[in-house]
Amino acid sequence: MSGSNAAVRPDAVSAPSGPRDQIAASDHVLSQVVREQAGRVVAALAASLGSLDLAEESVAEAIEEALRAWRKGGLPQNPGAWLTQAARHNALDRLRREKTYRTKLTDMAPSIDSKSAAPGEPGADPSREADERLPLLFGCCHPALAPDAQLALTLRAVCGLTTAQIARATFSTEPATAQRIVRAKRKIGATGIPLQIPESTERAERLDVVLTIVSVMYNEAHFVEGGSAAADRDLADDALWLADVVAAALPGEAEAHGLLSLLLFHRARESARSVGGELVLLVDQDRSRWDRAHIARAHIELERAARLRRPGRWQLQAAIAACHADAETAAATDWPQVLALYDLLLGHDPSPVVRLNRAVALDQVGAHVEALTELDALEGALSRSHLWHAVRAHVLRRLGRDDEALAANLRALDLTANEAERRLLAARTGR
Amino acid sequence: MFTFDPALDAQVPPERMQGLYARAHEWYRVNAAQIADGGAQLQSVETATTVKNSPSGTVVVDGPFSEAKEVIGGFSIIDVPNLDAAIKLVRTWPFLELPSWGVEIRPILTVGRKSEG
Repeated sequence: MSGSNAAVRPDAVSAPSGPRDQIAASDHVLSQVVREQAGRVVAALAASLGSLDLAEESVAEAIEEALRAWRKGGLPQNPGAWLTQAARHNALDRLRREKTYRTKLTDMAPSIDSKSAAPGEPGADPSREADERLPLLFGCCHPALAPDAQLALTLRAVCGLTTAQIARATFSTEPATAQRIVRAKRKIGATGIPLQIPESTERAERLDVVLTIVSVMYNEAHFVEGGSAAADRDLADDALWLADVVAAALPGEAEAHGLLSLLLFHRARESARSVGGELVLLVDQDRSRWDRAHIARAHIELERAARLRRPGRWQLQAAIAACHADAETAAATDWPQVLALYDLLLGHDPSPVVRLNRAVALDQVGAHVEALTELDALEGALSRSHLWHAVRAHVLRRLGRDDEALAANLRALDLTANEAERRLLAARTGR
Repeated sequence: MFTFDPALDAQVPPERMQGLYARAHEWYRVNAAQIADGGAQLQSVETATTVKNSPSGTVVVDGPFSEAKEVIGGFSIIDVPNLDAAIKLVRTWPFLELPSWGVEIRPILTVGRKSEG
């Protein structure tokens, strides 16, 4: 398994220097420009065509064209208008190829010819209008779609990633990713999944699905199987961007601010989390490397959420992350407060993973026996998780049961597929 | 399509079942505007006969097409603007308070025009 990095991601192992770096840097800028515009263009086109599939295909094609053209000739003055134009052109082409050409063309002709303001054009003030990407996002994250389809479709339609980028970022193959997206769009079209922000009675439940996908997007960036630190497309960055878009568009939704805060706290620790490709545990991290600006923003978002007085699981997780961020040293962590927050979190999310994390807090406040009892109760649900074995090993050692601790660590090592985590665990069992 | 596990339904007291049937009747009345066709309730799965393809031509066998515990008990055709409206309506179906019940929502294939649009 030690060679899996090189096998899967040759570019990450020996990054060439020189001209290739420059291209990569400008590609990064292009990706950001595309990301800012893609979702808006898809949303506008889907509304005028009445078909997400057609709109999305046309925009995806336009993005590929844009990346080629802009790489050569530089950014146009108004990238949003450029993409809109190209996507509409592609949509017309596609319709021409279809048998329904005549009927559909008459339907869509007015909207294509009309001089409606393209996104980013002067005069269109995005802050004053509802963000048209939100209805699109709620459609892509509809609970009638499978989670992996929600993720892939969101990345493509809302964030403007190409299928190849999604495949690499989620460690899937391109055909499988393409298939997933096609199926999801077909289901949206066939069953009439609406591209709209759900009405208030269902808003909270549906928003949680959206926030979950954003959170999954963030985590995918870190825990890809056999993954290495560098990636073609940093999904964590896309997730952070999307969390920001959602919170800005729905300022009255406390949980949207909660998730943004949580991801900002995580992002703040990013540079201390991995040193030379090796994972560094929270307790061992060099806290001077934490990004203070991110932490400050995370606090602002958390306060914004708290003022709305509607607690939820994302806010509680952010509050826990805040406890860690505010501790000057690992030893100074306010563990009783962390434990109290986990107790509250259990009320919103009684999942095994939350219980596992609460057991860590129990251990930290000195309740080792209680922690072990809780861990053992989770055996059925988590015995395939390397984290469960790793935490259990830690607690067993605290209780002086070293042989069992070593066995648990070895089991954790067996179960982890992530290279960086594997090396960390190997170092621990070697001690 | 209404699905349930007959074995679990058999454990429900008859009075409760009767109450649910009365509420289901009321459900059809209240939602009449969204129900294109009340459909039909099917007789128990023991009455099922399945005609299947086989290498030597079609064969007739006793029993339902699948061995699953859950069976299809009936269907209704609803006419709603989109999936969210369908889910909203279906969530109010009285029998969903019984443990094994489910309602499968499927769009009807429309011939001659694209289902999307």
